[in-house]
Amino acid sequence: MSEAVKDAAKKGRPEFRNIGIGDITGKYRMPPSAIVSILHRISGAALFLMLPFLLYLLQQSLRSEISFAHFAGIVDNVFVKIILLGLSWAYLHHFTAGIRHLFMDNHFALDKDAAQSTARWVLVIGLALTALVGLKMFGVF
Amino acid sequence: MASKNNIGPRRLVVGAHYGVKDWLAQRVTAIVMAVYTIVLLVAFLGAQEFSYEGWAGLFAKQWFKLFSLVTFLGLFYHAWVGIRDIWMDYVKSAGLRLFLMLLTIFWLLACAAWTVQILWSV
Repeated sequence: MSEAVKDAAKKGRPEFRNIGIGDITGKYRMPPSAIVSILHRISGAALFLMLPFLLYLLQQSLRSEISFAHFAGIVDNVFVKIILLGLSWAYLHHFTAGIRHLFMDNHFALDKDAAQSTARWVLVIGLALTALVGLKMFGVF
Repeated sequence: MASKNNIGPRRLVVGAHYGVKDWLAQRVTAIVMAVYTIVLLVAFLGAQEFSYEGWAGLFAKQWFKLFSLVTFLGLFYHAWVGIRDIWMDYVKSAGLRLFLMLLTIFWLLACAAWTVQILWSV
């Protein structure tokens, strides 16, 4: 092999590597379906980690009237309310994205445009339901 | 002969089964949870005033205790499949992955026992 060929092989070869987290967050534009997908995973993991906190609140709310008053005191804290609102969003997003999953499992809305449009709806409905819960939580209705 | 003991060119090739079984279990538990969520959302958003009587009254009913328990057990199985998928996707070291999976199982079993205690305390 001549020197020229060797050099060309060394320099010109494109290198393909697996995509990393930097490519996903910085380089590529995530379509709505990708955003829904990763949020589905993040919200699921967050709910899993917060299970003891939620079970504790459920226990306090149910055990007795005294513990219910204690529960009401905890939930009255604005900081706790914000955490609960975040978890409500996690649950409701996971819920709506899950329903989209069930429809797609049954071969509904699988083509590109329909899938992006349902993904947008999932984001909107998840946030709208969270707003509804938030309004109730902060005593608007 | 071949069809009798599944040996031969047309034998069934099957794995450890937890692929399709867990996939289906995750969907079925999701449907149970979705129904439960709608019941709870209506109870929460529809209540005039969120009081102990109303809230504990709902959980005091036997049918609701059983519905809650079935839903929560479904939730823990659902969470197991999902969290296991996360470990399988991101944790490459087999030892660490096994450790995290066992931790997940203990965590969820503890949550399940606690749920029973909570539901039958009212």
